[in-house]
Amino acid sequence: MSALGRVVRAGVGRRRVQSAVMVLTTLLTVAAAVLAAGLLVASRAPFDDAFAQQHGAHLTGQFDAEKATDAQLRATAEAGGVAAAAGPYAITSLRLNVAGAPEGAVSRPMAVAGRASAGGPVDDLEVTQGRWAERPGELVIEAGALSPDMVLGARVTVDGLADGPTLTVVGIAESVGESADGWVVPRQLDGLTPAGGARPDRQMLYRLDDADSRADVAAGRKAVAAAAPAGALTGSQSYLDVKQLADENTAAFIPFVTAFALLGLAMSVLIVSIVVSGAVGAATRRIGVLKSLGFTPPQVGRAYVAQAAIPAAVGAVLGALLGNALSVPLMSEVASAYGTGRILIPLWVDVAVPAAVLALVAVTALGPALRAARLRTTAALSVGRTPHAARGRRVRHLLGRLPLPRAVGLGLAGPFARPARSATMAAAVAFGALAVTFAVGLGTSLLAIEKEGTPDAAGDVTVHRITGPGGPGAPGGPEGPGGPGGPGGPGGPGVATSATSATSAASTSSAAASSASSAKEIAAAIRAHPGTEHYFATAETDVAVAGRKGAVPLVTYRGEAPADGHRLAAGRWFSAPGEAVAPARFLAATHTGIGDTVTLLDGDRTVELRIVGEVFDLGDEGLAVRTAYDSVATLVPDQTPAQYTVDLTPGTDRSAYLKALNADLRPLGAEGVFSEDDEASPVLLAMQALIAMLTAMLVAVACLGVLNTVVLDTRERVHDLGVFKALGMSPRQTVAMVLTSVAGTGLVAGAVGVPLGVALHHYVVPEMGRSVGTNIPDALVDVYTPLGLTLLALAGVAIATAGALLPATWAAATRTAAALRSE
Amino acid sequence: MTAAAAGAGAAEEAGRGAGFLIDLRGVSRTYDDGPPALDDLTLTVRTGEALAVLGPSGSGKSTLLNLVAGLDRPDAGTVTVDGLRVDELGESASAKYRRAAIGMVFQFFNLLDDLTVADNVLLPAQLAGLPRAGAAARAAELLAYLGIERHARAYPGRLSGGERQRVAVARALMNRPSLLLADEPTGALDTASGAEVRELLRELHADGQTIVLVTHDLTLAESCATRTVELVDGRIARDSAAGWAAGAPTPYGAYGAGAASSGARPGAAR
Repeated sequence: MSALGRVVRAGVGRRRVQSAVMVLTTLLTVAAAVLAAGLLVASRAPFDDAFAQQHGAHLTGQFDAEKATDAQLRATAEAGGVAAAAGPYAITSLRLNVAGAPEGAVSRPMAVAGRASAGGPVDDLEVTQGRWAERPGELVIEAGALSPDMVLGARVTVDGLADGPTLTVVGIAESVGESADGWVVPRQLDGLTPAGGARPDRQMLYRLDDADSRADVAAGRKAVAAAAPAGALTGSQSYLDVKQLADENTAAFIPFVTAFALLGLAMSVLIVSIVVSGAVGAATRRIGVLKSLGFTPPQVGRAYVAQAAIPAAVGAVLGALLGNALSVPLMSEVASAYGTGRILIPLWVDVAVPAAVLALVAVTALGPALRAARLRTTAALSVGRTPHAARGRRVRHLLGRLPLPRAVGLGLAGPFARPARSATMAAAVAFGALAVTFAVGLGTSLLAIEKEGTPDAAGDVTVHRITGPGGPGAPGGPEGPGGPGGPGGPGGPGVATSATSATSAASTSSAAASSASSAKEIAAAIRAHPGTEHYFATAETDVAVAGRKGAVPLVTYRGEAPADGHRLAAGRWFSAPGEAVAPARFLAATHTGIGDTVTLLDGDRTVELRIVGEVFDLGDEGLAVRTAYDSVATLVPDQTPAQYTVDLTPGTDRSAYLKALNADLRPLGAEGVFSEDDEASPVLLAMQALIAMLTAMLVAVACLGVLNTVVLDTRERVHDLGVFKALGMSPRQTVAMVLTSVAGTGLVAGAVGVPLGVALHHYVVPEMGRSVGTNIPDALVDVYTPLGLTLLALAGVAIATAGALLPATWAAATRTAAALRSE
Repeated sequence: MTAAAAGAGAAEEAGRGAGFLIDLRGVSRTYDDGPPALDDLTLTVRTGEALAVLGPSGSGKSTLLNLVAGLDRPDAGTVTVDGLRVDELGESASAKYRRAAIGMVFQFFNLLDDLTVADNVLLPAQLAGLPRAGAAARAAELLAYLGIERHARAYPGRLSGGERQRVAVARALMNRPSLLLADEPTGALDTASGAEVRELLRELHADGQTIVLVTHDLTLAESCATRTVELVDGRIARDSAAGWAAGAPTPYGAYGAGAASSGARPGAAR
């Protein structure tokens, strides 16, 4: 081994504490950065790859066939910014009933397009099973619209068309851009619409020159709308909305994991700076000796960069491993979202991220290393290790006059002896306090988001209908487990809320009448029960929205649905007939906003609703429209309530109330439960766990930064410690002096870190919401209380004292005689 | 009462009964694998006595001082000071003992350069938690007594060696210790300053202060000490109480006034 190698090895081995600090700091940074970059790349890659391969449609436009001819629609392909177009294809919303499906099964509205072939310049579909439809009577289903019954070979009829054709599913096709739920040959489509009804709408698929952002897609939409006859464009869908839905399982992780990665990176720079500067400062004599032995300045510089790079390299490798390990559960979410096999963090991320962090470490170490290289040999040999005595004298003198225990006064003055080092340590503690503040806020916001993100989960008691087989709420029925509105069903938010579908084949008039009668009895029982303050009833069904492919849930309310029981991100709760509220993703997907009108469709029935508020709703893929039942009675005439949310008068014994209420309800086919029985979302639990772990790692690094600094300080001041002890300073006073030497810094750092943490939280949480297509209400972002902030400000003190505790006990245990002998 | 406390109580009785302030019995101390710094040493010092400990480097002088000050513990034997078993004290009790009973003066002063002279002198009282007003008055009194009151607000780095040692003596006397331990107090001083310190120690002893000083300086020993012992290889080779005169020639002539200015560091000699 060369002389330089021996010097580096000895330096790394001799300074074990500093080396350990560097390993852990780099480990954290690389782990968080690998996780963030890996999630970002891996979660986007499957969609982007498949979308590019299929030449997916950036913009899907739906046009009113009464207002634009096919020739006019073809001409929109020439609109500015349009790179390619396909269509027009006739398209309509249908409910398809599968022959042999269990009685009471409800079909969802499906967008079915007439299309001659799977290929084309845009939306080049991949037929994954079977073949494309070649003649009338054949149907191809989009892979995402499959249900347990809707499989290859299944025979389906169209709901509402008594004499309609029976279709056979001959193929399963994958449309990454989800242009439709199913396809038939073009001439088939006319036969699938009610006689005398309007002509089916037309669908055009566009690829745009620029489609990276929502603004780009919106600009394309504007150009297309302008190219078509006025008012012809009735709806559109951006591929970004589809992508967002596909990415949602991991997208929300990216903002905060990125924030932690950046925090780790900043701390890494600080800690490396502290450690290498400290190593240079503490080894001034050693550097002098090396130079006197013939080491050149570049060799000395390289030695100190290498002393930082070696532990950093170890940390980088371990960090990459940890980042990959942490990514496993998150990546499995991505894989299941795309239906792909196991997804791993790309190898280039595993290489590039640690390399970038190592380069950063090397650059950071270069400064102090160059300082070491430039030290004059004679000066280095003669320089002592104690701080320059002139620094902090005045402060020490002033603190000595305060009515404080002397050990505390001496400790508080400590940071002024090494102001630069103290400032760097303060920055590390501030980052730690920032991380804690950020994590506490994030955790609190996530809990609030989970609680508030389920509308109608409020109230003291929730009553569900539990009627017999085949009826609403029964297993396999529209409201029971396995049904579309029940737990596990596609439309259910987790509780049995779905009402009978207006167009269900199982809905007979007598059954509907019976159900309605039962609902009235349940409502009467709740209303009459002592302790009931007020209640409201909800029901849910799927309907279509003009211009958007696929179904959206429609939640209707009867009774006194309180506005304050639902968290609104903007606008207000509906109060007048024809008003509705909807979540942000619905508004984005339908290109509507507060004040706009949306058209809901079910077969040949339509209703228009004016959006008056943006409700915060994480269920139903963020697509549920909420309105009073009376506003949509013509659209879903047979819908009956499935769930009742009850608020009790203050002072009511809830258990007694529930027991008595259930005695009245069970004969009516209903049962009440306490409202707060919801289980935590696994995604939120995973986020909480990840946040806790990343925070713990950052705090540990901050503590290690303090430890490293205090170790340097106590080593430099060991002789002074010996004098203090010789004069009667007890071990407890020594510990107090060392701890207070960092506590003041910690307090200041905490006071700085907390507002920064709050600011970071206020940036990241809305960003997390935006990444999954929702707006987080301000109330769920403003989660810090004055008391909480005060306690968080003390986090800096806690971090500083925790980091200093070990060296403080070392200082207290230092043998006085040995300390007095030291230089 | 613990056995140790009981033992300390018995020793206290024995020590006071015999009139010894310091009572070392069979004390040995070895560092690492080296030869013993002190080897079965027994020594007593009476209240009011001024004892000078002479000996060549490595003879165990500073070790003796450290053991009496409670800065170190013997491997064997007992160290009793004013009836207190110092060798049995824990770290905290040892610190309290030093605050109350011991004043220490070092060869290189060991003043804290970032504290003013007054703050240095006040430090033992502040560590002991004594009332501020009383401590400040005592510090002013000491600085005046030692003739350095004009430097009260100065930092030690600006003072001469003799002045610094005076500050160190003032600091050592701050808590009115029963025992003043001085380790080569003139070792880092020029001749004139050394003479000042010698005179100061002589005056202190004349005022009744018990002093144990470790020195190479025979002149210091002659002028200040009422008794002189010579250590060689951790054992007492000579004791003036047994008729040996400190100024008389010794077989170990390597130490003396000239050796004191050789630049030996505190603690370098054992």
